[in-house]
Amino acid sequence: MKNRPMTAPSLAEADEATLVAQSREGDGRAFGELVRRYESKIFRLAQHVTQNREDAEDVLQETFLKAYEHLDQFQGAAKFYTWIVRIAVNQALMKLRRRRTDRSVSLDEAIDTGEDTIVREVAAWDENPEQRFSRAEFGQILDEAIQGLEPPYRSVFVLRDIDELSTEETADALDLSIPAVKSRLLRARLQLREKLTRHFKRKGDDAFAYL
Amino acid sequence: MLTCKDFLHELSDYLDQSLDADIRTKLESHISECPNCWVIADTTRKTIQIYKGMDPYPVPADVQSRLMQALERKIAAKQKE
Repeated sequence: MKNRPMTAPSLAEADEATLVAQSREGDGRAFGELVRRYESKIFRLAQHVTQNREDAEDVLQETFLKAYEHLDQFQGAAKFYTWIVRIAVNQALMKLRRRRTDRSVSLDEAIDTGEDTIVREVAAWDENPEQRFSRAEFGQILDEAIQGLEPPYRSVFVLRDIDELSTEETADALDLSIPAVKSRLLRARLQLREKLTRHFKRKGDDAFAYL
Repeated sequence: MLTCKDFLHELSDYLDQSLDADIRTKLESHISECPNCWVIADTTRKTIQIYKGMDPYPVPADVQSRLMQALERKIAAKQKE
């Protein structure tokens, strides 16, 4: 029986480190594959941070152009995705600053350092809250709840709980300490829980004040 | 004894299952006796689960083609350097 001929793995199967190495040598197809893998996640992150479709499109493009231009600065120790997230967040914050010329915007904006954790409504939810809404309505409720978070909480929540980056990767991507990521994540989760409770609480359950 | 405030402070790590066994046991004993904290833990867990299931946003074809054209120009310019 003949051995099957060895074939080079296709780009879609290549591991990230190989694609980055090939891109550094000027292989545009390898870099195109990296773009294909991460463009929709970067686009979602950009929309969540900028809250503006046009800005998000610009951020998407600028992120990958900058990444290609500065590939030699990428340290192989971090994940490529964490590195481009950092570029994307910086680009997105610049857009926000341009739009809000009256005040500066940074990831440290509007951080309430108080100890209070926001819990106003306590009510059990329906077992399957999505069944009460159409798919579009349900998606809109989720999007609006995220949009209601301040940028510092929003970025941490999107990276940790939607993109499922680790606490360490999120800290690295956003240039934050690990305790800062943890405290922002807790507040983001509690604020979202609060917003969603207004829509998803079981009918007949009265909310009551807590803490 | 753990207070509700202590419980909330540990809630994220509790839901992420990144706590040591002894503190975990204390938190579990708290929610078994505190219906408010039980509801908060349960609805926060559901919040996280709902968002985890969100699909990434598809990049529209026109946006993608502009991105690829810009990249091709960039790659060509870099090769000339």
